[in-house]
Amino acid sequence: MYTTKQVTLPSFREWNPNEMPERHHSSPSDTLCRPPRAQGLYSPLFDHDACGVGLVCHIKGHASHAIVRDGLRILENLAHRGACGCDATTGDGAGILIQMPHAFLLKAAQEAGIALPAKGAYGAGLVFLPHDENRRQWCRTQFEAVVREEGQVLLGWRRVPVRPEVIGDLARSTRPSIRQVFIGRGEELTDAAAFERKLYLIRKVMEKRVREAGGSGKSAFHIPSLSARTLVYKGMFLADQMRPFYPDLDDPAMASALAIVHQRYSTNTLPSWGLAQPFRFLCHNGEINTLRGNINWMNARQGLFASELFGEDLVKLFPVATPGGSDSMILDNALELLYHTGRSLPHCIMMLIPEAWQHHATMPAAKKDFYAYHACLMEPWDGPASIPFTDGTVVGAVLDRNGLRPSRYTVTRDDRVIMASETGVLTIEPENVLKKGRLQPGRMFLVDMAEGRIVEDEEIKAGIAGRRPYGQWIRGNMVSLAELPEAAPVLPAGDRLSTLQKLFGYTTEEIRMILAPMGRDGREPTGSMGDDIPLAILSRRPRLLYDYFKQLFAQVTNPPLDAIREQLVTSLATTIGSERNLFAETPQHAHQLFLERPLLSDEDMARLRGQSGLKTEALAILYPLGQGGSGLEEALEALCRQAAEAVSQGAALLILTDRDAARQQAPIPALLATAAVHHHLIREGLRTRCGLVVETGEAREVHHFCCLCGFGAGAIYPYLAYATLRDQAAREPALVGDSHQALQRYRKAVDKGFLKVMSKMGISTLQSYRGAQIFECVGLAPGVVDRYFTWTASRIGGADLDGLAREIARRLTKAFPVADIPDQDLLEIGGTYKWRRDGERHQYNPLTIARLQQAVRENNRSAWDDFSTIVNRQNREGGLLRGLFDLRPAGDSVPLDTVEPWTAIVKRFKTGAMSYGSISKEAHETQAIAMNRLGGRSNSGEGGEDADRFRPDANGDWRNSAIKQVASGRFGVTIDYLTHADELQIKMAQGAKPGEGGQLPGSKVYPWIAKTRHCTPYVGLISPPPHHDIYSIEDLAQLIYDLKMANPAARVSVKLVSEAGVGTIAAGVAKAGADVVLISGDVGGTGASPLTSIRYGGLPWELGLSEARQVLRQNGLRDRVVLETDGQLKTARDVAVAALLGAEEFGFGTVSLVCLGCIMMRVCHLNTCPVGIATQDPELRKKFTGRPGHLVNFMRFVAEDLRSIMAELGFRTVAEMVGRVDCLEMTAAIDHWKAGGLDLAAILQQPDIPAAVQDHCLLAETRAAPPPLDTALIERLAPALERQQPMTIDLEVRNTQRSVGTTLSHEIAKRHGQDGLPEDTIVIRARGTGGQSFAAFGAPGLSIHLEGEANDYFGKGLSGARLSLRPSAAATFPAEENIIVGNVVLYGATAGEVFIRGVAGERFAVRNSGAVGVVEGVGDHGCEYMTGGVVVVLGVTGRNFAAGMSGGVAYVLDADGDFAARRCNREGVALEPVETLEDVDTLQALIRKHRDCTHSTLAERILEHWDRFQPRFVKITPLEYKRALKRLAAEGHAPAQRLT
Amino acid sequence: MGKPTGFKEFERETPETRPVAERLGDYREIYQDFPEEKLIQQAARCMDCGVPTCHSGCPLGNRIPDWNELVYRGQWQEALAQLLATNNFPEFTGRLCPAPCEEACVLSINEPAVTIEHIEKAIIEKGFAQGWVKPEPPARRTGRQVAVIGSGPAGLACAQQLNRAGHTVTVFERADRIGGLLCYGIPDFKLGKGIIDRRLDLMAAEGIVFKTGVEIGRTTTADDLVDFEAVVLCTGSTRPRDLPIPGRELAGIHFAMDFLSCQNRRVAGKTPSPELDAALNAGGKHAVIIGGGDTGSDCVGTCHRQGARSVTSFELLPQPPEERPEGQPWPFWPMRLRTSSSHAEGGERRWSILSKRFVGQGGRLTGIETVEVAFDAKPGRRPAMHELPGTTRRWPAEIVLLAMGFVGPEQDTVVQQMGLALTDTGTIATDSNGMTSRPGVFTAGDARRGQSLVVWAISEGREMARAVDLYLMGETALPEKGCCDLPRG
Repeated sequence: MYTTKQVTLPSFREWNPNEMPERHHSSPSDTLCRPPRAQGLYSPLFDHDACGVGLVCHIKGHASHAIVRDGLRILENLAHRGACGCDATTGDGAGILIQMPHAFLLKAAQEAGIALPAKGAYGAGLVFLPHDENRRQWCRTQFEAVVREEGQVLLGWRRVPVRPEVIGDLARSTRPSIRQVFIGRGEELTDAAAFERKLYLIRKVMEKRVREAGGSGKSAFHIPSLSARTLVYKGMFLADQMRPFYPDLDDPAMASALAIVHQRYSTNTLPSWGLAQPFRFLCHNGEINTLRGNINWMNARQGLFASELFGEDLVKLFPVATPGGSDSMILDNALELLYHTGRSLPHCIMMLIPEAWQHHATMPAAKKDFYAYHACLMEPWDGPASIPFTDGTVVGAVLDRNGLRPSRYTVTRDDRVIMASETGVLTIEPENVLKKGRLQPGRMFLVDMAEGRIVEDEEIKAGIAGRRPYGQWIRGNMVSLAELPEAAPVLPAGDRLSTLQKLFGYTTEEIRMILAPMGRDGREPTGSMGDDIPLAILSRRPRLLYDYFKQLFAQVTNPPLDAIREQLVTSLATTIGSERNLFAETPQHAHQLFLERPLLSDEDMARLRGQSGLKTEALAILYPLGQGGSGLEEALEALCRQAAEAVSQGAALLILTDRDAARQQAPIPALLATAAVHHHLIREGLRTRCGLVVETGEAREVHHFCCLCGFGAGAIYPYLAYATLRDQAAREPALVGDSHQALQRYRKAVDKGFLKVMSKMGISTLQSYRGAQIFECVGLAPGVVDRYFTWTASRIGGADLDGLAREIARRLTKAFPVADIPDQDLLEIGGTYKWRRDGERHQYNPLTIARLQQAVRENNRSAWDDFSTIVNRQNREGGLLRGLFDLRPAGDSVPLDTVEPWTAIVKRFKTGAMSYGSISKEAHETQAIAMNRLGGRSNSGEGGEDADRFRPDANGDWRNSAIKQVASGRFGVTIDYLTHADELQIKMAQGAKPGEGGQLPGSKVYPWIAKTRHCTPYVGLISPPPHHDIYSIEDLAQLIYDLKMANPAARVSVKLVSEAGVGTIAAGVAKAGADVVLISGDVGGTGASPLTSIRYGGLPWELGLSEARQVLRQNGLRDRVVLETDGQLKTARDVAVAALLGAEEFGFGTVSLVCLGCIMMRVCHLNTCPVGIATQDPELRKKFTGRPGHLVNFMRFVAEDLRSIMAELGFRTVAEMVGRVDCLEMTAAIDHWKAGGLDLAAILQQPDIPAAVQDHCLLAETRAAPPPLDTALIERLAPALERQQPMTIDLEVRNTQRSVGTTLSHEIAKRHGQDGLPEDTIVIRARGTGGQSFAAFGAPGLSIHLEGEANDYFGKGLSGARLSLRPSAAATFPAEENIIVGNVVLYGATAGEVFIRGVAGERFAVRNSGAVGVVEGVGDHGCEYMTGGVVVVLGVTGRNFAAGMSGGVAYVLDADGDFAARRCNREGVALEPVETLEDVDTLQALIRKHRDCTHSTLAERILEHWDRFQPRFVKITPLEYKRALKRLAAEGHAPAQRLT
Repeated sequence: MGKPTGFKEFERETPETRPVAERLGDYREIYQDFPEEKLIQQAARCMDCGVPTCHSGCPLGNRIPDWNELVYRGQWQEALAQLLATNNFPEFTGRLCPAPCEEACVLSINEPAVTIEHIEKAIIEKGFAQGWVKPEPPARRTGRQVAVIGSGPAGLACAQQLNRAGHTVTVFERADRIGGLLCYGIPDFKLGKGIIDRRLDLMAAEGIVFKTGVEIGRTTTADDLVDFEAVVLCTGSTRPRDLPIPGRELAGIHFAMDFLSCQNRRVAGKTPSPELDAALNAGGKHAVIIGGGDTGSDCVGTCHRQGARSVTSFELLPQPPEERPEGQPWPFWPMRLRTSSSHAEGGERRWSILSKRFVGQGGRLTGIETVEVAFDAKPGRRPAMHELPGTTRRWPAEIVLLAMGFVGPEQDTVVQQMGLALTDTGTIATDSNGMTSRPGVFTAGDARRGQSLVVWAISEGREMARAVDLYLMGETALPEKGCCDLPRG
């Protein structure tokens, strides 16, 4: 039934786009000169990049040199968004894409002795060649051969003039030899598109030829572009090096009607000229999160590819994705393939980066049909993306579905369009501005230069969606489950239930703590205090295969999503079945099975198994138990063969089933079977011809389902989880309700869980998540991973199939015992979440807790020794990586008294970050006092801190936390708070729940907590998953910069969580200017987190720390940052291992609490802590018995023991031992039934770096120089600062000046505390373009009135200042219709006022808790997570207004009357008319003030015609806030919010 | 689940005892009924801890939080299943155990502990009352014969586990009734003998063979056990510690166990010989009990019931504090003042008392002379005892009961016949699998461990059954309790 054209597929290795990370050993001297490759724990697969992008074009297509010059100028004005590496003059890369500059090339070629034909009859491109003469000559010869073979004419080579002296040392030393090649159009080609295709083919063939030849030339060779329409110049530059390096670009003949520019910021600095952007059609700011899956699917699809345009030549294009390419490059590869096989550029873009269409209320049906149809063809490429693109005739840009990157544009009266990551990148006279706008989420923007006009999103997409009757095709072909005939489900027999449960390792605990709550509550249960059981590979108990996989998560380089509050961008819907040729469009393409969600119900499965209309084949996933690992392997091979056979025979659905497991027929782990079949079918080119349905008794937790989907399953039927719930419902209806509802709720919980796990990685749709294998494997042998879980990160080896078979055998023995033992045959009790004697081992158990508390309370050395001994033994036996190392002396031991004193060592110690709110005041302050006594550091956590703690108490104790945390909720983050810190820590992720936000329910926001957090009592607080000012690495650099400006004396620390690739992120963070990088282990405590997040997110710090050290050293960045680690550190031995692996500072979280009385109740989320720690209940707080001395005793014990270890190893100071991995070796014999295959060599690898490269931070603690602008301001404003003398000054500003006014505010707070100066003491009248974070954390008494425009983060963290923004007086465009300020205005503001005359971008006033803002229009997600303050929007809002808003009030002028229906997220808010006198007064007063500050004509109009406007205002009040106000009034408290 | 705030809402509450005056008139158990809704409240006080130290403090590894929650939810039958999963005889431990679990209870850090023991008893009694506790003979017999020598709690637990594994088990008891210490050592007012019989009937119905009046080493020899493929000695630690001071030969000085068992026989309707009946009776006498432990306490209660003129207990050690003393932190077992129901019935308790000599007339005991002592605490050493001058005192006493503990198993019978190796402390030596120096012979309970608690005896019996099963079959499906017994301190 398939007429797929048979193509010869290259072998597997060939067409995998990223080379298998081989572990090389190379000589130190050449390391820095070679492109990145795998070493130790590092793999280039982990690299990320981000950046600034820009485009400029002439709408009517008039080419000029001015456009090129403007492009370069944009680049220079975005310089701060890029990064430089270890030498300050080497950039990460920059480039420009322009139209073919015929006049220039004609001239230049002539000079090189080449005669060019007419425009369009030749193609040209830059070619990067090796410097080695022989290699270069070889490349040229090959190139010429390829051109000839393809029937074209090589016209000649031109040496491109360059000035290497202007670029950095590193860039220079890796510089390729740069040539320009000219290719004449062959005679048989007549049309331009065919010639473009041919040039594309030549490039692909040539790339492959060089790659296959291997050798050192391979990495230097790169073709930036080869086209008759466009030309790219690029290289490893800082932005301003571009023009001097390529004198060509300065030639007046170098003319184009468009320029696309890109400034790169790569997380690591390992150089690569080829990875500089633009690529051939686009450049990309952001990150493709689903890359692995996209590549896999693209490869899998190749078997179905057929193109009339390429015919037999098609295979020459493979692999589609460039091996070693970045995510952006591979996206470019995909785009060019789609384009050259016959789709228009905007059409291709819509396929790759579709809008969030599933939950879109107002999208036209035709467009939805278009997207639904194309979802049958390919999955979205998901992730933050601002993408300018062009084919030389149209130029456009698109933004990802979430709008996670900034993109501002200006249209001028002289027909230019300028678009860039920031506004203000080109100076445009205000009178010349026709329109200012921004790209909106999922929207496209297109300039058709041929037609000479801007084509709006609606028009482009309507045109493309109308090309074919997509809707008709879908309705005629797509099968949905609901339409299928009903069939009777086949349920497991009741008497088999307990046997099956034992077979699949069910425990009583799991049913009680996971399944039943999911069935009862419809969501995953919550837990606290982290995870302290062994890694699966080190556990003495059999564990499920899922336990060997840890979920990866977004941190820094891309943002996690909030799947709850921003649900409109997410979707669980998929189609499964047989795909068809990607390059064709037929009705049959839509003949797939549509699934709303991946989890099938009993009824769904019955239907699917019945008559789905798709040919279905069931394959048993069983193996003969007796044959162990080899039996398992043979069964897997047979399964793969059967699967391939079935698909070849036309099966469109494969059901993998373990239903018939029996005593001798053991179930293959469903994950192993699924991944094996998935990868086998990919290798065979058959994968996209079928859908995989997994029918298994094994999967029951969200993580299990995610693993199955992540490795290819399209649908899952967990029959045993259902049967178990039905059984529970029958036995105890009170617990889970009736079985039907329980099952529904369970499935709902799984749905939510899916969204949560996906969103942790920033992925919005299940379709993209499927097969994306976003996991790191911990503890499987390389043979298993390479074969069945191909391309999954896995770094320490582990169990092979024999080991897995042994685990299965143990469960099977339980399920089918030799004898039934009466009364003794219950399910295993569990002990995974709560300690049980016969369950999994826990680090914290009765004895360790008891001994530790005995030791620190009684200052009891022998109890301490006992504790240490137990912990060190259980580290070894109980499954921690650090326990597998032996310590080796560095030399002779030294006398103990020559080792630095314990008092010096404890200065490196810190307590864990815990918010006041998650723990009690008593517990919080006790830690601070203890650490201040020791000279160590306590950490405020993210809940703010009372100002009365900033100064020492009368008794000499000091309750101030030295480290103050800045987390995504920004609670209590004021300029005063920032000013009183020694160290500011940006929490990017948290070990217990990386990639997730948090929530403090209103019931716990007691008045004293609310005060500290600057919010309203009894109003729930949400910490969003991402920092809304960090969606990318350059954003983090900006926040670091902001914080340094807010407190130039403090160190800035960035907290990351260990995962594969964290080293690369650490390098990026170091480049962003952080002073400290904290690598947190996966085991950290938490106040509340879904249980599966606690267990399956993040990795041990041993891996992350070591990786970070290795990558930082490789990049020459190690001496720039202090490395810190934490994660269940308990003894001196733990600290010693951490130091030897590279840590200089050490955090103690859970153990500190245990010292103060915590007994690991794990009920922190319930407010019932019986020892007064994790509770705000005044009665329970009285039970707190911790004393600072207890913690002091602990720290001293650890430091004293560390001294002994140091003496023995031969170190006198901690500094000497940092990074001495040579003093660690893997324990000789790991006596363990499944862990024999572990190999820790990668952790212990020393990167090939000259010994001279230091292994610890060498820089003085603070490297921030206050910005020149603020320094000057502070000087000039001394009288105001010191004597409160009112002053007014004028100021010119540009987009390159960032965080203006922040250091000034710091000076105010330093002198005057949180109250600052009296109103309007300092008034600054500014003109121009405000850079990012304008007036961030502005203090009271400061007023800044900006005339012009501003970028992102305007008024971020506003702490009392007054800001206004209005267009230049000379501007002629209507202010209220044009954008004037970027995204995330007023994020985390606590007080102050902002008046904006014009429209703001996305997320206006996100997490505002006290500021007042007036604006004339906002983008999507306005007032998100707002907890206080007042916002007035005098115009249109975007979608999802007030999502997660729990406090404060907003007034929106609903001009179109569709606010309630389409724009507001009404989940938690009430909408009312503005009627009461109080409301009218408030609103009018604010509008008047707005008019006075900004001269707003709109405000004037509204006030003038109040009667007409008043009825159109909507007041938005969160329901929770209303209740809280009522409660406060009842309790006699004044409302906390100031309303003007 | 459970009730997260239960511990905040409900006070600790245990059943009332019958009035002293009433209960002194009989030998029946002393506790009154407890309403079920109150019991559920008590179960709700359990905090379902992340690290349930009670579970570690219980030598059986009882799944305390699990069944507490099930009781709270009203899932009695499931609670019973979880209880029986680790404890063969909750009806014994629920009455007799000093409840180290409650000392280790997390709530006891700053509130009275959860009434774990009482809940345990309630679960099993409900089980019996509802008929849920039924004979559960194994589905399959292995054909292997195992002898268990001694029918105390260790022997019974071991026998039941081995029987469940399908072995054919014969229990030998030298006394005329099965139960060992439970039967003749524990007064009826603490453990009504019907409770034992109820259990024994079940076990017999499950196929266990009981043989009373057989003492291996005396009435038969070890060689008579050749038909058994494994033998488990659960003969206890029955040699009492003596008090060899002047006057020890006087009539009227008895070992506590002789005294207690005599009374139990009377209650069971077996009248002892007239001489013994007169001698082992405190009625009308001044009674002095030397030793302040549980046995001593049982003697106190029995003396009261017999109508003693006075009842005085001596304890060598100083009076411990009522609360947990310094240096003995939670969750470890503290040496603190424990007042049993027998103590509450009257009599005098004296601390720091060293008995110097017995005084008599005509060969009959009339009194006892004592001196007060003090202990010097030196860190890291055993405290040294010295007598306080001028504190000599004479007490009237017609009957003295020696309740100073037991020094080990009897060595002159089966131990000798089998030639078993002993440890330094006189217990029967075993290898790590519980096997004695003679292949196929195992030992469990006090005989192996030295004198201990009923709960330890059951635990020993269970673990040893697993070892025997493994020895016989090469594999075993019998459960083990897992790690982490809480040490003494």
